[in-house]
Amino acid sequence: MPDLPRKKVGLISCSGEEMPEGTVTRRAVRRVLDTLRPDDTVTLCLPLFLAGGEGERAFARYYPTIAVDGCDKRCAALATEKYSAKPAASIIVTEIAKKCGCGQIGTARRLSAEGLRLAGEVAGKIAAKTDRLLKKKPKGVPRGVGGGER
Amino acid sequence: MKRKIPVVPCSGIGKSLGAAAREAAYILAEDLRPDKAKVVALSLLVMGDEDARREVAGGEAVAIDGCQLECATKGLACSGATKVHKVAVFDVVRRHRGLKPEGVCDLNEDGLKLARATADEAAKIVDNSSGESNNA
Repeated sequence: MPDLPRKKVGLISCSGEEMPEGTVTRRAVRRVLDTLRPDDTVTLCLPLFLAGGEGERAFARYYPTIAVDGCDKRCAALATEKYSAKPAASIIVTEIAKKCGCGQIGTARRLSAEGLRLAGEVAGKIAAKTDRLLKKKPKGVPRGVGGGER
Repeated sequence: MKRKIPVVPCSGIGKSLGAAAREAAYILAEDLRPDKAKVVALSLLVMGDEDARREVAGGEAVAIDGCQLECATKGLACSGATKVHKVAVFDVVRRHRGLKPEGVCDLNEDGLKLARATADEAAKIVDNSSGESNNA
């Protein structure tokens, strides 16, 4: 067993560069890594994971992961399961968008204000799932997390 | 038959150079060569999505990589492209030594300049490619 750091949750975001939901996943994951749960999360690089990155694959075998996918093709979740282990949790942006009644979220290159709001919603859900996986008391998510971040 | 050349950028979210690779792909496909290039997602290709593979198979493609692990190039190489043209942001930044790219979701000014320089290099490749597809 390799020498592993303390328990953290690995976040794997979609690499859907051709769709705005992919951009939402990346922004949401960065938000969690940088601001919401910086001490509890790490990012696993999906392309590296797919290209055979042994460090990424080993992490996902031993630690809980959350797959954050843009659409129901679920590349991040399926890749994690195929090469390591089933993700402990899975989030699909299109489903959250439906639930929160988001309008036009912009383009893959530039999210609109609605897209930023959606990214905030997704980030909040990732943070909540992280707390649950680490069995931590939910810390909550600051208000207005979605708009104009960073 | 002329086809749009598929452009596959890095999809890493850990470093600014990956973000610059992605931004370069958008600049190329939306601003510089909208009639000749289109962005294709690396994960779809590698996971075997039929539509994505059809875009790539039997023709030339451009990989824009953020780091030396070259995931985009490797992914394209396994996806049936006849020739993979590599553009490496980590090489482009060496040719523009004054640039200090920062940010991932939102690149700073230098990051955007780096993305533009990368897209310019990729545009030359697109202009010199045949645009032919064996799948036409």
